[in-house]
Amino acid sequence: MRQIDPDFLALPLRRLADAALQRARDLGVEHAAFRLERVRAETLRLFDAGLEGSMDADDLGFAVRVIKDGTWGFASGIELTPEAAARAAEEAVRVAAVSAPINREPIELSPEPVYSDVTWVSAYDVDPFDVPLRDKVALLSEWSSGMLGAVDHVSASLMQVKEQKFYADTAGTVTTQQRVRVHPVLTAMKTDGDRFDDMRTLAPPVGRGYEYLTGTGWDFPAELAEIPDLLAEKLKAPSVEAGAYDLVVDPSNLWLTIHESIGHATELDRALGYEAAYAGTSFATFDKLGSLHYGSPVMNITGDRTAEHGLATVGWDDEGVAGQSFDIVKDGTLVGYQLDRRMALMKGFGRSNGCAFADSPGHVPIQRMANVSLRPAEGGPSTDELISRVERGIYVLGDKSWSIDMQRYNFQFTGQRFYRVENGRLAGQLRDVAYQATTTDFWRSMEAVGGRQTYVLGGAFNCGKGQPGQVAPVSHGTPSALFRGVRILNTVQEGGK
Amino acid sequence: MSTPQETVERALALSEADDCIVIVDEGSTANLRFAGNTLTTNGVARSSQLTVISVAGQGVGVVSRAAVRPDQLADVVAAADAAARDAQPSDDARPLIEGTSLDGWDREVEPTSIDIFRDFAPALGESFAAAETSGRKLYGFAEHIMTSTFVGSSTGLRLRHDQPTGRLELNAKSADMSRSAWTGVATRDFADVDVAALDASLAQRLEWSKRRVDLEAGRYETILPPTAVADLMIYLYWTAGARDAADGRTVFSRTGGGTRVGDRLSPLPVRLYSDPAYPGIECSPFVVAHASSREQSVFDNGARLGATDWIADGTLRNLLQTRHSAELTGLAATPQIDNLIMTGPEGGRSLEEMIASTERGLLLTCLWYIREVDPQTLLLTGLTRDGVYLVENGEVVGEVNNFRFNESPVDLLGRVAEVGASAQTLPREWNDYFTRTVMPAMRVPDFNMSTVSQAN
Repeated sequence: MRQIDPDFLALPLRRLADAALQRARDLGVEHAAFRLERVRAETLRLFDAGLEGSMDADDLGFAVRVIKDGTWGFASGIELTPEAAARAAEEAVRVAAVSAPINREPIELSPEPVYSDVTWVSAYDVDPFDVPLRDKVALLSEWSSGMLGAVDHVSASLMQVKEQKFYADTAGTVTTQQRVRVHPVLTAMKTDGDRFDDMRTLAPPVGRGYEYLTGTGWDFPAELAEIPDLLAEKLKAPSVEAGAYDLVVDPSNLWLTIHESIGHATELDRALGYEAAYAGTSFATFDKLGSLHYGSPVMNITGDRTAEHGLATVGWDDEGVAGQSFDIVKDGTLVGYQLDRRMALMKGFGRSNGCAFADSPGHVPIQRMANVSLRPAEGGPSTDELISRVERGIYVLGDKSWSIDMQRYNFQFTGQRFYRVENGRLAGQLRDVAYQATTTDFWRSMEAVGGRQTYVLGGAFNCGKGQPGQVAPVSHGTPSALFRGVRILNTVQEGGK
Repeated sequence: MSTPQETVERALALSEADDCIVIVDEGSTANLRFAGNTLTTNGVARSSQLTVISVAGQGVGVVSRAAVRPDQLADVVAAADAAARDAQPSDDARPLIEGTSLDGWDREVEPTSIDIFRDFAPALGESFAAAETSGRKLYGFAEHIMTSTFVGSSTGLRLRHDQPTGRLELNAKSADMSRSAWTGVATRDFADVDVAALDASLAQRLEWSKRRVDLEAGRYETILPPTAVADLMIYLYWTAGARDAADGRTVFSRTGGGTRVGDRLSPLPVRLYSDPAYPGIECSPFVVAHASSREQSVFDNGARLGATDWIADGTLRNLLQTRHSAELTGLAATPQIDNLIMTGPEGGRSLEEMIASTERGLLLTCLWYIREVDPQTLLLTGLTRDGVYLVENGEVVGEVNNFRFNESPVDLLGRVAEVGASAQTLPREWNDYFTRTVMPAMRVPDFNMSTVSQAN
């Protein structure tokens, strides 16, 4: 197991925490938490195998959050001195005072065991920031060159993030954590006559290190070797006929449908209305807990912050709550929500399931998504077996366009590749496909889920929520799954052509 | 900590590269967030970001670090210099912009603070009380950001821009959450924000929505208010990159090669343009590029920006360019600018006048979750939100269900029946990234409502 970088541990973590928390205590707060973070991100982009741009950036600072007279107060700072930390505590208390006239609900937090000086590091082998930039550029350039000639253009990008967090609160919890994630993407582009199209790698972002690009967890050379022919076939494919079809959805597409129609819909802050003006609310309101028929009986959804290589996986969340695994939908029924400490107490859950997260030292922790995943069927079918059950349908791979309404009812997704299914067999690609449904109709139409052998952990680096806007990385594990009678649109016809 | 001006000078002096650009962004923010007539979160934050762009031959190295102490500066500059020496030649490499300066370089940074809400917070509290009494719940967000950007270069640039950005989003819901209305304003300092008046306008819309009319999916005559037009035009603007157009990837690509610059997009004399000096939505008058991409080049840092037409008299005039892409496409170098203005024919009517002249149609409040379906046509999908109203014989007669739409803003420009008077507006969907817009309402005879959304 990797260790936390010495240069992060060498920062005056405890001295600043002590100064801030003591000042907060002196000012009479009910609760205070100190968080010091360094988030380093490097992005590089290539076009046609040449470097187009790169950026190596970090964010470093600290935050103090208090509850004073039942009102939140938050302030952050960038000067890493005990004096500045104490000033931030004072400022947080002042923010609480200015805000008090508009606060009508006294803030209290659910209890959580105290974790004294504990550490956690995510599972990775090679720190991507230890790999020289020229080596990364050379690898992406080699991969791009391998497709050029067979396609017109190739874009490539690599995002790498290392997130280091120190947390301490007035209850006595002290945690220090480090996690790493990477996301390589290559997109091939080609024109055939007056038709242009592109195709992107299906490799998901992962909580791994640079080893992900060199053979651990994904076979990039094998995937890249297939893309030019697949793209050529897509360009010549017929346009889909709009109507109702059975769908077999690959994990490379279904993860995003899970994210939008289940992950966000089962965030308790949305269900309670705290995101009503921005991200929206949820049709899965709190009164439906335990009774909402979310999907078919084969639908079992878990939330977790513990899956190895998961992008939302942590040791402890940003309120000092240990990472956990919990049920959200069981046998098709809504049985749980994603929580933070305030909501857990307010709605009688007893304990938070650890879903508080802030994306930077300058932002307040809010309830963010755990790894929300669809459980595979024990001994369940392969993707080919699912396809064999379809007389007239479409097999969907890869995510592309997505949109869902503010209560998570109505969604529309496209993908990277769509195959016509006829009499249980694939019968060539289709173009211009989008699927559109209401969340509960869609999940109730799920007839079967694939077995463990079809399960893949998909995800994204950039799930947006909150104001000020925050981004969070999150994974979604899913098997392939079979849905009956889903509405398919022809996107060209939708555009009025 | 050093001043940003000292940091720029020291970093430039430390660089051993052929050329160097140093950007310092000093940021401060204050915000209040509320839901159900009560505060939910709040905060103040400071940031200081140093970006060093070193140039060695045609290679570029970019290193950006937060909260850099004086004793760390040499390491950051050395890392950027080393990255530049190690880099492949950059296609966009050009001589750096030669030394120009603007007034105010030496002034101290003036951060914002929670005090920006000293008058606003109590007024909001009064609106909470009034809403509570009247059976409404208020939700929303108020934020003020001050960013001071300093750009210095080894070729003599010493440029500074102070950008205040403020926004208020206010959303009112009926007590049973079945009816919802939204409004938003962009502001530089919150002094001009009348929260009581905004709340009153929402109360009127909630009254409109007491009568419910269910309509099926289909094509409807639709009035898009300025905020909805802003969100669609911002997406059009973001996808107007010249390189992508020249590579055949976008709606602005000409079949067979080249771009569509010169093509007529609208039968009406629509003008879509940016102007850093436009009153009330002033923005940086020079290029600030922290990294190169297809739409911006670090080599263009400091290039002066002026009023630029993207569409004029209904015809596509310019695309987002770097000096490099301008050479590739043979078009003018027209970099991206941080505001967007749209106007129609002289004498455009107000939104109220457009409603009054409508026999039967839909009036939208705003659009939401806008995503690209097809880049070749710029087909976008998304939702209507917080109030779709049925207009009959010049009056709002009730609220209609929400819809998912599938439409292309470029196609809409070709079908638009009326363009109203322009006014400053806050884009609902994109105001996290883009707040400075002046937009008209638009009447579209056949807006494609693809399906009904149950959301309210």
